[in-house]
Amino acid sequence: MSKIHVTTKINGEETEYLCQPYDTMLDVLRNQLNLTGSKEVCSSGDCGACSVTLNNRLVCSCLMLAAEAEGKEINTIEGMTKNGNFHILQKKFLEHAALQCGICTPGMLVAAKSLLDKNPSPTETEIRFWLAGNLCRCTGYDKIVRAVQAASDEMKEKA
Amino acid sequence: MNEMSNKWIGKNTIRPDGAEKVTGRAEYAADTTMPGMVWGKVLRSPYPHAKIKSINVEKAQSLKGVYSIATSKDCVDFPIDSPVILGIQDMRWMSRNVLAKEKVLFHGHPVAAVAAKTEEIAQKACELIEVDYEVLPWAIEIDDAIKGDAPILHDFIKHNNKSSNIAGTLEHSKGNIEKGFKEADVIIEKNFETAAVHQGYLETHACLVSVAPDDKMVIWSSSQGQFMVRAMTSYITGVPQSNIRAIPAEIGGGFGGKTIVYLEPVAAILSKKSGRPVKMVMTREEVMRASGPTSASKSTVKIGVKNDGKITAAKGIFYLQAGAFPGSPIRGAAGCCLAPYEVPNAHTIGFDVVSNRSKVAAYRAPGAPIGAYAVECVLDELAEAIKMCPLEFRLKNAAKEGTQAVHGPKYPKMGYLETVQAALVHPHYKLPLQKFQGRGVASGFWFNAGGESCAQVNITEDGNVVVTTGHPDIGGSRASIANITAELLGIDVGRVSVLIGDTATIGYSNLTGGSRVLFASAMVVTESTNEVINILKERAAQIWDIDKDAIDWENGEARPAGANAGKFKPLSLAEIADKATPTGGPIGAGHQVNTVGAEGGFATHICDVEVDVELGIARVIRYTAVQDVGKAIHPAYVEGQLQGGVAQGIGWALNEEYIYDNKGHLDNPGFLDYRIPVCSDLPMIDTVLVEVPNPKHPQGVRGVGEVPIVPPLAAIANAIYNALGKRFYSLPMSPPKVLERLEEN
Repeated sequence: MSKIHVTTKINGEETEYLCQPYDTMLDVLRNQLNLTGSKEVCSSGDCGACSVTLNNRLVCSCLMLAAEAEGKEINTIEGMTKNGNFHILQKKFLEHAALQCGICTPGMLVAAKSLLDKNPSPTETEIRFWLAGNLCRCTGYDKIVRAVQAASDEMKEKA
Repeated sequence: MNEMSNKWIGKNTIRPDGAEKVTGRAEYAADTTMPGMVWGKVLRSPYPHAKIKSINVEKAQSLKGVYSIATSKDCVDFPIDSPVILGIQDMRWMSRNVLAKEKVLFHGHPVAAVAAKTEEIAQKACELIEVDYEVLPWAIEIDDAIKGDAPILHDFIKHNNKSSNIAGTLEHSKGNIEKGFKEADVIIEKNFETAAVHQGYLETHACLVSVAPDDKMVIWSSSQGQFMVRAMTSYITGVPQSNIRAIPAEIGGGFGGKTIVYLEPVAAILSKKSGRPVKMVMTREEVMRASGPTSASKSTVKIGVKNDGKITAAKGIFYLQAGAFPGSPIRGAAGCCLAPYEVPNAHTIGFDVVSNRSKVAAYRAPGAPIGAYAVECVLDELAEAIKMCPLEFRLKNAAKEGTQAVHGPKYPKMGYLETVQAALVHPHYKLPLQKFQGRGVASGFWFNAGGESCAQVNITEDGNVVVTTGHPDIGGSRASIANITAELLGIDVGRVSVLIGDTATIGYSNLTGGSRVLFASAMVVTESTNEVINILKERAAQIWDIDKDAIDWENGEARPAGANAGKFKPLSLAEIADKATPTGGPIGAGHQVNTVGAEGGFATHICDVEVDVELGIARVIRYTAVQDVGKAIHPAYVEGQLQGGVAQGIGWALNEEYIYDNKGHLDNPGFLDYRIPVCSDLPMIDTVLVEVPNPKHPQGVRGVGEVPIVPPLAAIANAIYNALGKRFYSLPMSPPKVLERLEEN
């Protein structure tokens, strides 16, 4: 079976790769492009640890074929810092102790950023339902929700 | 240490490993690669119980891209009937759990493994391995395993002189139980069941193992103990520990489930046989079928009280399912269940029951939630029967300093009473409830643990600090160690770097478990740092040419004291470090200790639920966890432990369960059907940190990680009773069960 040639944009940079028709986006990110910040936890779209955005839409990269990225834009956790500075969400996750083991953190941050991009002032309920696709087994979510609220507040102040 | 003057202890500093984790740069085991690396996969048993008559690997071996195959023949041969004890584990079981030998004992039991160029080829090769099985009858549930004609898993295990699946018992007795029940005015006895639940760590088991031609082995893996990985891999492969370097990758959650090995010895065998580094990563399905979980259980608890609320006697019988090999946490169930109370007459007994399920692994306060669930529900019924507030009832029977616990020890200073008092006055306890809402309370205990720990504290040439300890950090222990070191040295916490050493760079340290890490590592770090301060004072003494005893260490600098006070300009850490070479060389100190004095932890929880009576869904709408934490070195991460433990307890109480089909296969091996709490399931979880310092620890630390999973099961069951007037004696209290009970009317 011949491989598929894909041209796409990842974290703002033109990227090319060859993939098998059955390779997932997550396979290619982790095993070819060395972008291991996206985690493989369930491979079934139930946990959100592999969350990325595809043309600004939040997706599980384990449920997406790598070939589908052709001509699209992918953003991953590795693209969240800008010019060596934390995104406000990353800063708030650290300040609010919103991570313990950290394995869900990249996906959680990508999902939270996607929420705030669409809805800069989410209620607690909106945050909880948006993040319901991102499992965390360590924190009980309390500090994650508070960190997202704090990021939302600070982003509004700066806006 | 003067409490008020603390600058870093008790502060919510930024964790040292935080930046790597929020940027995706932290390296977990599956993120690691090596030149020439190949992939390993495991062939697993399709039957819950069968004799292995033969294994033929010829076809698999000849598949293009296959490099090596491992079976139990490649492991050290431990006879099945003589123990090989390593800590609390038995290597004859561990070896057979890693690769089945005489029999397969559960669906998903590893039988063989393949290393190949790609994961796909390895998987295909596994399917080409021919195993001749003689299928045997199996037993999944406890009742099936202990009935008279049950299929026996291990012939040589005897109970009452007969081959049995009851592999062991553990008992605690105090006073005279018959006399105690005679004195009671009210006696309540109930039966309880809990389902097997998985730790649910998100990171699946993974490792990368390289055995070089000189037989030196390097293991990168996700575990709760790199020294445990080294020792178990050494036992199972026969490679001496000195030839194995086990490197702790960042760990994506463990909760006890990563205190044993599954893949490392297999990858080691595959690597040795193929001459290439081998990476193995479990799928979620493999994790669910073949790792963890904790026991399913059946219990009977009987408690008697006087009308004034004094407990006169208590009896608990606990059957815990161990899975394929002995070793269920009966000690946690029978030992912790009555620990919060002054009980004059008591008898508890636990039975360890093997059955054809995956071998259980430790899960946060192993066994304790099972015991507390039964006891705390019966206490709730008793409080109602004698018309007493359930918290006042607990207050009246609370164990305190000097109480002789049913499980043995006489308590030193401890804070159970304080947790009940704090719960009683908490505003949550008085909030009004609506229709179909209910409130429940429950308490819990965990032993906590000490054990072996090593630390090395080094001063860098530019006068900063690097601390190395030997325990994988899962919940933020590096942040707490940084706080303590900065406090003792009187320097900014940002100048302290904390690392987890591998087995070649730090001395033997017991694993991350039992809520032991901060208790133990703070002890060795404190000793090491104090020694460093002594060295710094000696160096300042040389520079000034005065007596070392005439020097104080304050705010990160050496100051002349006594008769010399004010005679010299203080020397900072950086200034002394700069002169390290002429004054005697590098500055650093290490300590290695078997730590003792880890005193138990107690908690009291308040839970409000609301039941959707149309759907049968019980939702936790308010939760307050009160716990004696000794001393919170980093309060936010202590709160995080409480909140995380509560969330796991909520999952255990309401949704999580291992469901088997009639073929003995786990029917829900994924996060869609094995439902752990998601963000929208939970409310904010309030915490109250009661600080009764552990008198046997330099900072007063008590373990905090495990206690918080102990009370939720009963707190929620009691809350649902309060909401509906119906008691549930079987977990999980999932929608189908709740609906069934609601439709009884």
